[in-house]
Amino acid sequence: MRRYFGRKIIIYLSTFFLAVTIDWAIPRLMPGNPIVTLLSKVSVHAEAAEVMYGYYTKAFGLDLPMWRQYLNFWIALFHGDLGTSVYMFPQKVSDVIMRSVPYSIALLVPAILLSFYAGNKFGAFAARTRWLDNTLLPLGYLLTATPYMWLGILLAWSLGIVAGIFPVAGAYGFNLAPSFSWAFIFSLIKHWFLPFASLFLVQFGGWAIGMRNMIIYELEADYSHYLEALGAPRKLVRRYAFRNALLPQITGLALQLGVIVAGALVTEVVFSYPGLGSLILSAIQNKDYFLIQGCFLFIIIGVLIANFIIDIVYVIVDPRTRLGMVGGSS
Amino acid sequence: MIEQIHIKKSEKEKNLPKKQKKINEFLYFARRNNKLKIGLFIVIFFILIAIIGPLFTDYEWRAYIGPSSQLPSLEYWLGTTTFGQDVYTQFVQGLRASFIVGVIGGGIATIIGIIIGFTAGYRGGIIDESLNIITNIVLVIPTFALLLIIAAYLKVRGILTESIFIGFTAWPWAARAIRAQTFSLRSRDFVDLARISGMKPTKIIFTEIAPNMMSYLLMTFILQFGGAILIAATLDFIGLGPTNAISLGLMMNYAVLWGALQFGVWWWFVPPGLAIMLIVGALYIMNVGLDEVFNPKLREM
Repeated sequence: MRRYFGRKIIIYLSTFFLAVTIDWAIPRLMPGNPIVTLLSKVSVHAEAAEVMYGYYTKAFGLDLPMWRQYLNFWIALFHGDLGTSVYMFPQKVSDVIMRSVPYSIALLVPAILLSFYAGNKFGAFAARTRWLDNTLLPLGYLLTATPYMWLGILLAWSLGIVAGIFPVAGAYGFNLAPSFSWAFIFSLIKHWFLPFASLFLVQFGGWAIGMRNMIIYELEADYSHYLEALGAPRKLVRRYAFRNALLPQITGLALQLGVIVAGALVTEVVFSYPGLGSLILSAIQNKDYFLIQGCFLFIIIGVLIANFIIDIVYVIVDPRTRLGMVGGSS
Repeated sequence: MIEQIHIKKSEKEKNLPKKQKKINEFLYFARRNNKLKIGLFIVIFFILIAIIGPLFTDYEWRAYIGPSSQLPSLEYWLGTTTFGQDVYTQFVQGLRASFIVGVIGGGIATIIGIIIGFTAGYRGGIIDESLNIITNIVLVIPTFALLLIIAAYLKVRGILTESIFIGFTAWPWAARAIRAQTFSLRSRDFVDLARISGMKPTKIIFTEIAPNMMSYLLMTFILQFGGAILIAATLDFIGLGPTNAISLGLMMNYAVLWGALQFGVWWWFVPPGLAIMLIVGALYIMNVGLDEVFNPKLREM
């Protein structure tokens, strides 16, 4: 187990190191002076441009030698300093991001957990049930092939605008101030539901077919046949098959995290939900590079932490990793 | 010497019909496999639209050619946008862009996956370990975030650049899957035999191992193809798509930004997403069909 976690931690640390290096290097590697590039895209008064030029030269520290710039970047990072936002000047990038993160997490975590649970249960149930296999699984394939934002657009348009059941913008009603009242919580949930639903549905399709494809292999495996031959009830055989089929699904969840996060970002854009996705969109539209770089680091740290949690879960679920045997896909 | 040639010759004669027989067997099952047929039909249908479609329009996708927000009609086949641009023109050109991204992005990812997977799986040892670590690192980095920061700093982006970036970030799981397969084939008798007879590693990989994995590689490419289309749509939607062309993701981006939802201009945002869903879904279903064709265990259902 120590070896398993040791390997994982080495990989995560090197990933983090690489990510920070990329974050530092990309603006410097791209052709041209990054500061000129930055300012040419921001339309401001001449005096403001001068102030900004001074600020960026200092922020980038371009007059220092490369290694010093790199070191400074790390030092600033450990002080939680990700720079200052351009389009929300003079707010700190880290503050701006921290305001958006709770909304993104509120969407992502329930959508991931619930769709994983429901999708796997449903996939196991549908496998080898002919009519379900033939009718609902093609639907699962279509769901998992659906671009997140498109499902979001369809839901927003049909249930939000045409039917008028759900609101389609913001995280709570414009006439409400954040408070612990029922009206506010109700409004929060109402605004949260559609983006959550579009994330849930696309992932649900993926987990359902993933489980279905895994479990038919497990049901064909020798141990299943052996159990059947012993006269074990169908339910018991399925339970063992399910537990074995679940392991690759957990690995799959770790692999899918990046895609799911990307999906959440675009879904937020569709619903103008004030999470990281909407923030990134406005950062891109306003050429706020510090903000983009900050979001990049934040997403990576988030995904790394989630990966680590999944690793711990994996050890709990799969005894072979715990006992130091090969098992799993380390 | 002569004997050897003779043996080779007779081997060839014996092998040929056998190989032919195997291909015929696959074709037989392929023809009977509905999933494969339906998937293939949908994909070919869209490929044809992407190839022939642009010939039926004289407009430029950017140009304002008519009244705004027109319903689909004989004149404007898929209607017009809120600016009065022709949706059909945008759609067929966007479709082309999607297939280009799929082929180039998916192709690059598959090739890198094959190279790394074969090398790691066949060589083993330290090479395997280090390639494994690289693969794992690229695997944990959220591709989208990486593309986000690269694309944001590029001033001019084309469909080609986008495809290349997607290809260079999407390969890790393919590499991992191919490595695992190679690893299991490596210790088979026929590979040992080739190794004992002094064949070079690259030759063993390409003549002994790769042919046994052709179906697997084909399926990997299909999945990468679909994945590249989805990643591109996501990138385009958040405003990091090509700056000089239209794509299906950009269509949805413009539609949302310019009030297509509020004005009910559904013919602007439904076709691009529907096309992506059908193409990628058809690819997935095709893959299941192929799996059943190549894997006898899954056939009798």
